[in-house]
Amino acid sequence: MSKLNLKTMKKSTKSNLITYAMVIVVFAVVQILVATGSMSSLMQGLLVPLCTYSIVAIGLNLCVGYLGELSLGHAGFMCVGAFSSAFFTKCMEDTAMNPTLRFIIALLIGTCVAAFFGFLIGIPVLRLRGDYLAIVTLAFGEIIKNVINVLYVGKDENGLHFAINDPKSMNLTENGKMIIDGAKGITGTPRQASFLIGVILILIALFVVFNLVNSRSGRAIMAIRDNRIAAESVGINITKFKLMAFTISAAIAGAGGVLYAHNLSSLIAQPANFGYNMSIMILVFVVLGGMGNFRGSIIAAVVLTMLPEVLRGLSDYRMLIYAIVLIVMMLFNWAPAAITWRQTHSLKTLFAKKTKEVE
Amino acid sequence: MRFITYLINGISLGSIYAIIALGYTMVYGIAKMLNFAHGDVIMIGCYVVFTCMSGMGLNPFVSVTLAVVVCTVLGMVIEKVAYKPLRKATPLAVLITAIGVSYLLQNIALLAFGADTKSFTSVVPIPNISLGEVNVTGVTVVAVAACIIIMIVLMLFIKKTKAGQAMLAVSEDKEAAQLMGVNVNGTISLTFAIGSGLAAIAGVLLCSAYPTLTPYTGSMPGIKAFTAAVFGGIGSIPGAFIGGILLGIIEILAKAYISSQLADAIVFAVLILVLLVKPTGILGKPIHEKV
Amino acid sequence: MKKLVSVLLAAVMAVGCLSGCGAKEAKNANAFYIGGIGPITGDAAIYGTAVQNGAQIAVDEINAAGGINGYQIEYNFQDDQGDAEKSANAYNTLKDWGMQMLMGTVTTAPCVAVADLTAADNMIQITPSASSTDVIKNDNVFQVCFTDPAQGTKSAQYIGQNNLAKKVAIIYNSSDIYSSGIEATFVEEAANQNFEVVAEEAFTADSKTDFSTQLQKAKDADADLVFLPIYYTEASIILTQANAMGYDPTFFGCDGMDGILGVKNFDTSLAEGLMLLTPFAADAQDDLTKKFVDTYKEKYGEIPNQFAADAYDAVYAMKAALESANATPDMSASDLCDALKPVMTTISIDGLTGTGMSWSETGEVNKDPKAVVIQNGEYVGM
Repeated sequence: MSKLNLKTMKKSTKSNLITYAMVIVVFAVVQILVATGSMSSLMQGLLVPLCTYSIVAIGLNLCVGYLGELSLGHAGFMCVGAFSSAFFTKCMEDTAMNPTLRFIIALLIGTCVAAFFGFLIGIPVLRLRGDYLAIVTLAFGEIIKNVINVLYVGKDENGLHFAINDPKSMNLTENGKMIIDGAKGITGTPRQASFLIGVILILIALFVVFNLVNSRSGRAIMAIRDNRIAAESVGINITKFKLMAFTISAAIAGAGGVLYAHNLSSLIAQPANFGYNMSIMILVFVVLGGMGNFRGSIIAAVVLTMLPEVLRGLSDYRMLIYAIVLIVMMLFNWAPAAITWRQTHSLKTLFAKKTKEVE
Repeated sequence: MRFITYLINGISLGSIYAIIALGYTMVYGIAKMLNFAHGDVIMIGCYVVFTCMSGMGLNPFVSVTLAVVVCTVLGMVIEKVAYKPLRKATPLAVLITAIGVSYLLQNIALLAFGADTKSFTSVVPIPNISLGEVNVTGVTVVAVAACIIIMIVLMLFIKKTKAGQAMLAVSEDKEAAQLMGVNVNGTISLTFAIGSGLAAIAGVLLCSAYPTLTPYTGSMPGIKAFTAAVFGGIGSIPGAFIGGILLGIIEILAKAYISSQLADAIVFAVLILVLLVKPTGILGKPIHEKV
Repeated sequence: MKKLVSVLLAAVMAVGCLSGCGAKEAKNANAFYIGGIGPITGDAAIYGTAVQNGAQIAVDEINAAGGINGYQIEYNFQDDQGDAEKSANAYNTLKDWGMQMLMGTVTTAPCVAVADLTAADNMIQITPSASSTDVIKNDNVFQVCFTDPAQGTKSAQYIGQNNLAKKVAIIYNSSDIYSSGIEATFVEEAANQNFEVVAEEAFTADSKTDFSTQLQKAKDADADLVFLPIYYTEASIILTQANAMGYDPTFFGCDGMDGILGVKNFDTSLAEGLMLLTPFAADAQDDLTKKFVDTYKEKYGEIPNQFAADAYDAVYAMKAALESANATPDMSASDLCDALKPVMTTISIDGLTGTGMSWSETGEVNKDPKAVVIQNGEYVGM
């Protein structure tokens, strides 16, 4: 058995361990605060949403940072994950199924359905070059929202009934109940999501992405991002690896959606929660945290979700600040002038200068 | 008769999409970037007209001219500040910046004009025309005419003028064009100027036909117009025209005959289908990869 | 550099967390703490703002008149942008502030989410305007407005009983709970009435600017009345486009139509003859309404709509219940809830939106709807 030796360890492994440790330490601190009663209701209420957005940000970061493709439909994947899992939970609510088992199955269903949609969209789009993925995922998010708003699903002793647009055509019997009620969505989902579950999901998501990124497949994915033609010429199956990364990314977003659905008793598909704006917000988390940096995504998601709630007066300017963050971060990271400035002013060069002077 | 009415409504909507799509397609063809903020330039144009007409009581013609000027300048400034420094960066970085600019414009408008919906007075003085049972609104006539004129002028501009030829050269190969003495930065700037000027005109027509104005007015038509540009073949001017008109007709017919709730879903499904069957769009050229 | 940024972010986070935990103001022991939640930014801001202001007027009046059982009211209103998750956050913020009773939330979906939280905490909740029946499924929640089904049914009955039309078309927002809820019950009740529904056309939150197709279909179906169970912003566009098409049926709306005369730059002559079913008319001549409208105009510079009136009544309903239960501010939120729940069904108040308003055990309000029509740019009772 090899001993844990921080000095000889690979740099990436060390960084991954720090990320896991960060999540666990935060979890422990929060538990202590809650136990001692020194945490406000607002903070306690925010714990699960913070986990939700961290998870979705991890998913999107895989797509943006490692695949190098922009997805504007991660809110859509969240949406399908949320609705499919809440649907299952509501269906099974009356049966004698163990609630924990039911939640685990709902989680698996939500994740798989989101992965399936990611796969489905990925097939036509990932063959193409250019900004098509962005626009198609955006279209997907809009379609999903639209369809869910006219979808009616009811359940009675004769089984499930479906209808588009016209709930009366389902002919539900007297004691039947609506599960998905068009624009009203799903109401009364049991609130099973907890901070513990959220943290476990974050750890699982991190485990999945770290393993993927540091594997052979992960290196292939990065090769495609950096130089597609070169990657193709050494025999990497472009579509396969792209599809793999994108599907996993969608699945993680779906898991975030499951958490979202089981944290609120009212689930509706509106532009505010599953629309284009939400996708952009998650993109802001990823960009601010650093593309390809999962730890950064979590930190950014936590800070940017918490800040407007703690400083409630700021909410008018929240989106304006997000917009400026996006532009400035991009210019700072990519503009040639900014790159030169960073090189001359970075800590390393400053230190290097000083040590030289000392010599 | 009914079908013809729907068709005319579709063409009216489609020609507005087409004018917006022309802006997208020109910028994409030349700068190779998806200018996400294009839809929001439209919105700014509408607010300029709204402020001029309702606030200062200027006449429509002056207001529209002013809006075109403001949008043209705005387009050039956006290009200069946000996009030009990123010309050598990855497409992803440029795209994210464009989204940032789009958000910035929306939120500036939100803070400056408020979130409440404003009712927009039509700037088109032409009354409705009745052809038997079919009623054609003045806006429709102007929109279709404007769309055709703009397309023809643009095509002539690109074929006949030196600046137009420079645009073609830059869209083919930036480095080679530079070596041949074409001012690449100037050309890209000019493209943004033209595209944004068109956005102002499209915006005025959009708000005249659908008389409402909010900070988000431009975003959905912008996204649909981009869909139209991809549909017609991105980078192609006649393609944007055909794509715009077709998309407008599809949207209205879907609303009329399939389901008014699912019209948007159908429009976006068309986009996915097009990409599946013919990724380069109706009139797009196949892309050659360079090693 | 990256590390520096992460460290900085972590520091900000820590500070944010601490300030969130530490900030607890000293509580005024001699006051009832009433919280309000609603959208004061975003799409539905006009409703949230109206509720915030309407309730503020009621609170000021009560405080000036000596309070409830001699105790003052502390009132705090938080924004939820019309989103369920933000609403839950706003609720928790108010709990940290010391809220004992909740007046909110304004819109339906957030209200369903918050109603679940108030049920868990056992806190009394009176919503001025969230109209779905899902809102009141717990016994601690009471509504001041009509439920959506009631609005749909009552609109259909009103149209039928007054012979307003033979053929009716509906244009509604299928992505909105309020609108689709009214639409469904309207159609159901229409089957029992002497008119026929000839067209049911929908639009969604993403395509709410072009109604020419929906109007064309209504026109082709020869509808002489168009029922608009939607909010006034879209309705103003529908009226403008119908006018441009040369289509001139009677338009009939519900309480969401209230506010149409306030749309900036809207040609109010187009709204002439528009009917709406609303429990509140700002032009009513009774003293209570006149006083409220005058105060509102003086303070906020506009004519109050029905949401403001509902909020005003909601605060007075709380006052009536607190007085009837002889409650004192030192009771916890949960004790207050237990004390108020039984008396809510026994009180009766004369408010802006109805005289002799009372509540049933389900949490639904009993009051009469009033129909108003727009004449010469003003709401006139019918």
